[in-house]
Amino acid sequence: MLSLGLLLTAVTFSTLGAGAAHADEINTDQYDYVLSGNVQFDGEPIEDVLISVDGSGYEAEVVTDADGKWRIGVPEKETYTVALDEDTLPKGVVVAKGGSEIEAEFGLTKVKSVNFFLGEGERTTVSFFDQFVNRFVNGLNFGLLLALAAIGMSLIFGTTGLSNFAHAEMITFGALATLTLSVTMGLPIWIAIVVAIVLSGALGYGLDAAIWKPLRKKGVGLIPLMIVSIGLSLALRYIFQLFYGGGTSQLPGSGMADLKFGPISLSPIDLWSMGISVVVLLAVSYFLLRTRIGKATRAVSDNPSLASASGIDVDGVIRIVWIVGGALAGLSGVLWAYFRPGVSWDMGFQILLLVFAATTLGGLGTAFGALVGSIIVGLFVELSTLWLPSDLKYVGALVVLILVLLLRPQGILGRKERIG
Amino acid sequence: MIDWGAIFSNAAVELISPTTAAYALAALGLAVHFGYTGLLNFGQAGFMALGAYGYAISTLTFGFPVWASVLVGIGASVVFALILGIPTLRLRADYLAIVTIAAAEIVRLLFTTNTFQPVTGSANGLSGYKGGFADLNPIPAGTYGFGPFEYNAYDWWLRIVAWTIVILACLFTWQIMRSPWGRVIKGIREDEDAVRALGKNVYAYKMQSLILGGVFGTIAGMIFVLPRAVVPSNYQTSLTFFVYAILLLGGAATILGPVIGSMIFWVLLSFFSGFIARAVEAGWLPFMSSIQAGQLRFILVGVAIMLIVIYRPQGIFGNKKELAFVK
Amino acid sequence: MSNNTVPTAKPVKTVGMHIGEAVPGCKKKDPILVVDGVSRTFGGLKAVDVEHLEIPRGAITALIGPNGAGKTTLFNLLTGFDKPDTGSWTFEGTSIGGMAAFKVARMGQVRTFQLTKALGLLTVMDNMLLGAKAQVGENLFRAVLPFLWRQQEAHNKVKALDLLARFKLDTKKDDYAASLSGGQRKLLEMARALMSDPTLVMLDEPMAGVNPALTQSLLDHILNLKAEGMSVLFVEHDMHMVRHIADWVIVMAEGKVVAEGDPHEVMRNQAVIDAYLGQHHDEDLGEDPDAGQQNVGAIKELLDDEL
Repeated sequence: MLSLGLLLTAVTFSTLGAGAAHADEINTDQYDYVLSGNVQFDGEPIEDVLISVDGSGYEAEVVTDADGKWRIGVPEKETYTVALDEDTLPKGVVVAKGGSEIEAEFGLTKVKSVNFFLGEGERTTVSFFDQFVNRFVNGLNFGLLLALAAIGMSLIFGTTGLSNFAHAEMITFGALATLTLSVTMGLPIWIAIVVAIVLSGALGYGLDAAIWKPLRKKGVGLIPLMIVSIGLSLALRYIFQLFYGGGTSQLPGSGMADLKFGPISLSPIDLWSMGISVVVLLAVSYFLLRTRIGKATRAVSDNPSLASASGIDVDGVIRIVWIVGGALAGLSGVLWAYFRPGVSWDMGFQILLLVFAATTLGGLGTAFGALVGSIIVGLFVELSTLWLPSDLKYVGALVVLILVLLLRPQGILGRKERIG
Repeated sequence: MIDWGAIFSNAAVELISPTTAAYALAALGLAVHFGYTGLLNFGQAGFMALGAYGYAISTLTFGFPVWASVLVGIGASVVFALILGIPTLRLRADYLAIVTIAAAEIVRLLFTTNTFQPVTGSANGLSGYKGGFADLNPIPAGTYGFGPFEYNAYDWWLRIVAWTIVILACLFTWQIMRSPWGRVIKGIREDEDAVRALGKNVYAYKMQSLILGGVFGTIAGMIFVLPRAVVPSNYQTSLTFFVYAILLLGGAATILGPVIGSMIFWVLLSFFSGFIARAVEAGWLPFMSSIQAGQLRFILVGVAIMLIVIYRPQGIFGNKKELAFVK
Repeated sequence: MSNNTVPTAKPVKTVGMHIGEAVPGCKKKDPILVVDGVSRTFGGLKAVDVEHLEIPRGAITALIGPNGAGKTTLFNLLTGFDKPDTGSWTFEGTSIGGMAAFKVARMGQVRTFQLTKALGLLTVMDNMLLGAKAQVGENLFRAVLPFLWRQQEAHNKVKALDLLARFKLDTKKDDYAASLSGGQRKLLEMARALMSDPTLVMLDEPMAGVNPALTQSLLDHILNLKAEGMSVLFVEHDMHMVRHIADWVIVMAEGKVVAEGDPHEVMRNQAVIDAYLGQHHDEDLGEDPDAGQQNVGAIKELLDDEL
């Protein structure tokens, strides 16, 4: 009710304001704090662009004057969302980057300037179908990169029974290693990525050798193992932050301009990312289905004691699974760094739940289930933004996870467990 | 030079701080879930968030009195426990873990989104809901106490209420765990099929346990926000992990473990951060910035979780014979 | 396992329980459990497919059959631990098909497990007390008020001590169940089941993994159950035990009941011998690679014993 009242007041004020000489100011005499800006395109001011402010229960709108300027008084030193109504821009002009909504936070002064970056372009009132196709392709891309991590997690779960929370840090490690190798050490990005993946595989091997194998030998139960992985995840994550800080850095080449394929806009990196994911996933499938070690891996997943009895070196298989899992997670981290875009200390943890969701959806411990689960999660996350606000996009995927468990607890491709 | 006095007194303050009480209560809830019933609830942060927001929103948006706000929070967590429990309590233990962790994230994201900003305050959270609680304070205004434990009337009132609740919750848990109800609960932890074969409705017992521990978490969430503001980023998965660290430190299937665990956790953490921060200032650790010093403690918590689980799984107070969860 | 396990007292066999020929699915004079059209498949494999089966009251019935015959699956179905694809069954005239396991147990049909489920971190006494029915203090709200349940608890303790004494576990009452030997755990599980005064006791391989020194007393205890008026249904591999204590034998193979009748009659039945010998080795892969050989051994044992 309160906010509605404020909204009405704001509207009244702005109508009054429009009648007065200062079309560009609202409530500046009433409040101490002022948000202001200047809407320009190619150095030319744009008039009559609608700017609105929203935050802390306060809302106001204003239109720009002949100089493209606007000022809005706000009651408190809080964070406000400033939005530019793209419908009021002239034809051929759009908000180029940063989006048409900006979060404005006051610094030390009472005036905060908020500027939108305008660029040339058709602002498309994109049809629902086009949006859908675009989101779909993005979702596929996201799903494929999730699948890389999820298959590794699923193989590890299948062969050792461990729900590995530290998988998140294996994802982050790949991206951080690439960052160090390419940006800090100046290696070409391709070499940096390859070396980073090798290092990620080595990390997987190292974790197994240093922690998991001794704990298996000690006969530690699965739930304590899971809690150990939580501790490990926490420790590794903050070790990353210790060395890399809390900020976000970009890998070389990220933020390349999008190419248009009909309604679909993809950057060359997105194309590479999808291509690499598909090739690697095919390679993993070949490995699992056709090679000796792959078959042994599946045998261990099915029944470790039987596999062991039939002469399979279970420890050797598990070691390989950790190396492959680590390398896949590392690659997934690199692709995730380009998808977000950016490299940060907790980037793996941000998608850990989605990876869990993907593995569980497909059926815990089935590698191909993890692939299917990942694609579903990826599509769901991206497509849900058609209906949900983008800050709720992960909610949809997590709700689906709970619903699937409710209806088909063994996962989509999982087998029903035999009781007794 | 390092001011040891300040480090020690800052650490001592944590002993009875409301935050310590809140974590102790949340850990006691997890003890009911995990230590006694064997339920892997990884969504305690969600229960705490529901308590904090339930209380704050009831007070701010609806103008409810304190008791009604508390009831709203508890009601919300009961509903949350039912939503979590109905699909998962029949499934394998690890499914509950995944679903609770996911549900707690859903709760946090819903409180963070801009969509409900007028009610939840989105990323900024909520504040200004303490009036009702402060008005109930019977202590005359002024400053009381000695040494590092010197507080004003509100701070004392908060500490007294918080620790009274913790003590009552401990007594309650102690009583039910030595009753036939507790026997069934512990039996379920050991082998739920065996308990089912003895004619006990295992599903209903697990649900009761989930609700009870969740309500403890919810009340802990309210205590947690009374000395500060409600901020959604406090309710990340890490919060649950910290509560687990406390529980494991004290002993998963014990009553006093969570309380002592929480005290040790916060005192040590404060001591450690205080020491590192001052050591950095004093130039003892030239390779480290003060921000980095702050991160060290999280690394320490992570390593501590691993070491406790591997080397002392029964915690400090756990019965040595009763290796709480190693099977 | 000892080959000379013989109950100390000569068991009194119950006879004449069936009506008409002793064929699979034959009627009983006084059935306690009646099964109709129960089937359960696992991924295309029909684990249980029983048309009609009656379990006699007041007798000891053995359920035998080669590995993978579906005995344990049938046990799980009848006790509510698994859901059948089709079928219904009645216990003491009440339909309990698809009923939850705990309700089945409350009706007086209790079971034990092949792999003993002693609750390791509970004391032996607590294990026993858990078995008692209708406890006031098992309600969360009443649990807080000890005066409501203290008297009942004391009463249950007396009963538990009495049972423990019979099973020679009374000296262990304050130990964790985890500290007991395999055989003692079997005894504890049986004693715990008796705390609820059941009418039908279902034992899943009561002899598996039991130290020979204890098999003797286990057999006596099972015979005692009958003497006290309870009906017993048990799954077992040990043919000696079956022949010595069972009043009636039901043979399953590949999910179906292939024969039933008096123990001595049944052992001579061609269908039974076929079931044990004709089992395909490869189908059993993953469960027990030696199953075939074991079965051959069992049959030999059987025939030797008959001579």
